[in-house]
Amino acid sequence: MDFKELITQKLKEKFPSVEFELTEYRDELTIKFDKKFIVEVCSFLKASLDLEFSWCSDVTAVDWANRKNRFTVVYNIFSMKHNFRLRLKADVDESDCNIDSVSSVWQAANWQERETYDMYGIKFNNHPDLRRMYMPEEFEYHPLRKDFPLMGIPGSLPLPKK
Amino acid sequence: MGLEAYLKDTGFITTQVNAIIAWARKNSVWPMPMGISCCAIEMMAVGDPKYDIARFGSEVMRFTPRQCDLMIVAGTVTYKMAPVVRKIYDQMPDPKWVIAMGACTSSGGMYRSYSVVQGIDQFLPVDIYLAGCPPRPDNLIHALMKIQEKIGKTKASQFPNLASDVKSITLPDLNVIQNN
Amino acid sequence: MKQLDDEFNPKILNALLKSRNDYTIEDALENEMILNMGPQHPATHGVLRLLLRLDGERIIGCVPELGYLHRGYEKMAENMSYYEYIPHTDRLDYISPMANNVAWVLAVEKLAGIEAPKRAQYIRMMIAELARIASHLVAIGAFAMDVGALTVFLWTLREREKILDIWDILCGARFTNSYTRIGGVANDAQPEALAKVKWFIDQFEPYLAEVEQLLNTNRIFIERVDGVGVISKDEAIDLGFSGPNLRACGVEFDLRRNVPYLCYSEIDFNIPTYTEGDCLARYFLRLDECRESAKIVRQVIEKMPQGPVHADMPKQVLPQKDEVYTKMEELIHDFMIVNFGINPPVGEIYHAIEGSKGELGFYLVSKGDGHPWKCKIRSPSFNNLQSLPKLVIGHLISDVVAIIGSIDPIMGEADK
Repeated sequence: MDFKELITQKLKEKFPSVEFELTEYRDELTIKFDKKFIVEVCSFLKASLDLEFSWCSDVTAVDWANRKNRFTVVYNIFSMKHNFRLRLKADVDESDCNIDSVSSVWQAANWQERETYDMYGIKFNNHPDLRRMYMPEEFEYHPLRKDFPLMGIPGSLPLPKK
Repeated sequence: MGLEAYLKDTGFITTQVNAIIAWARKNSVWPMPMGISCCAIEMMAVGDPKYDIARFGSEVMRFTPRQCDLMIVAGTVTYKMAPVVRKIYDQMPDPKWVIAMGACTSSGGMYRSYSVVQGIDQFLPVDIYLAGCPPRPDNLIHALMKIQEKIGKTKASQFPNLASDVKSITLPDLNVIQNN
Repeated sequence: MKQLDDEFNPKILNALLKSRNDYTIEDALENEMILNMGPQHPATHGVLRLLLRLDGERIIGCVPELGYLHRGYEKMAENMSYYEYIPHTDRLDYISPMANNVAWVLAVEKLAGIEAPKRAQYIRMMIAELARIASHLVAIGAFAMDVGALTVFLWTLREREKILDIWDILCGARFTNSYTRIGGVANDAQPEALAKVKWFIDQFEPYLAEVEQLLNTNRIFIERVDGVGVISKDEAIDLGFSGPNLRACGVEFDLRRNVPYLCYSEIDFNIPTYTEGDCLARYFLRLDECRESAKIVRQVIEKMPQGPVHADMPKQVLPQKDEVYTKMEELIHDFMIVNFGINPPVGEIYHAIEGSKGELGFYLVSKGDGHPWKCKIRSPSFNNLQSLPKLVIGHLISDVVAIIGSIDPIMGEADK
């Protein structure tokens, strides 16, 4: 059986109540589901002996600007046993801007989630140390949101005197 | 064929104070490498055997500001890094000069974004702006030679703090010990 | 204007003090010291700030702080076209600039569905491997310099200058050369450049042997780095390690073999692996990888096919300048591509290559117009640095310097 079909079959067996939306583009599989189930699905994908997605490449978010669910948190994971890349997506709305942290599943997600918080303002529940990553702590905005201008907001970052 | 062969061990050299100080200063410029990003690699290349900077008198690149007189800011300075650069500049003793190496320090370079300072002359006085992204090591050596020319023309009395300090120093009274 | 005085920033200090729960001292302030290994330091590779919590000279807690070189790459990518971004990718991992170019161009080609011709792919393989050799030479040199062997740094930089000369002939710039283009490479490799590559590879191995002679049996070097900064296999995979750091822990994983890109499946090479996972293993691994890369370059030069170096897709690949000035079609295409971009279809991809530090990946989301809607750079140094707090616990301050040198982070990449 094709590995992609194996993944979908296993996920549907284990989580019958969760609605999975599958897309395939340029030979890459993307699975989208509700953000409540993220930790369960990720732990299953890591622990399952057939699938073994033990390596988390990347955690990031996309800002869609004018849509109802403004952000989408994207997880790129990789299975070393089968040399297969998978992408998981979960929508996050601006009014309820938080999602559970997967740093308990993969430690690599720890700093990636901090970076996503810094750039987009999405809070991760149960994260061991949620601080800003790149911008100074006193910075009040989230740079990668679409409403933040490229040149920044004058006066938001202080400069020493000449 | 040293100086001693000419002078035959006796004799005096007379010169102006300004000239001897300028000659000593310009031929022993020790740079403080503020290496932040890609230009720092070209600065390292200036120190390597092919483009040797030691033959210009910059024998060591001391990483402590207290022993340097030239700060080469190499790399993009962000708003977060700017107070650090300013602090290191303030820690350097007078007289000091600054080379803004590369496009990023001169004017922000190719990074027109929210976190990059568009030119370090907003918070530091700069003597030489070097163009290039990154400037070739030959370019940096040319800048060093221009700084040496500039130092050669500076008179000792032009340095702001030194002239007044000299008048206020009184030498202590030392006991003369005689060896009989 | 607010004051930026973050030595006394409470959040970072709290993170430092809470970082170890299993270690208590009666009066914390009496026996401990908080040391700032600041952004300007001769031995942290670039602008990395470390806050260390010390008991005497032993480290009991460490919090790295990044962001001193955050230049806003991802925001800038949303505002410029795919072609305009190629020079920016040079400055990510600035020690091996050609590899970043190759990674970006491969990601955009995957998104747009373009395939570069064979000769261009072989040239890209050659420059990526030369970039890997250049990066490892600096890594070995800087690592040895941090530990105290200053001569090695000068010798490896001398070898690196020869590679920079090759790039100078190939594309005109020594360093930060934006040589690859979408659909191929900028210009064909001149026979002069290929001859010089062959000459360099032939005389490279004895110089590596010289470096080994200085370091491998040197008692001071071995005692300083043996057993320092050990990480186990499972922890390495969990922390997202990649590249030479992962292979030194015993995991035989290389993207060139496991998920082949370009034409690596046609080339014969080994993947060196060590099992100890300490600084010495990482050093030996980098030396071995230099030799493997030299082997790959030799095979690439022998097998390089003749042919064009630009793909034949006029609406998306920039035409040559002499045709733009003389023919009508090419002029129109040049105008459209430069002003409006290549317009790949709506979709998203993630593509990664084996860069010299690990897995360098680009996640691109396209909405159908000329510039990406979202570009995320997955940089290997960012994930490798995450392990630093775990690696330094229990060691001395001088070991911190050796550990950072062996992980080999490049802040331009880690800070984006």
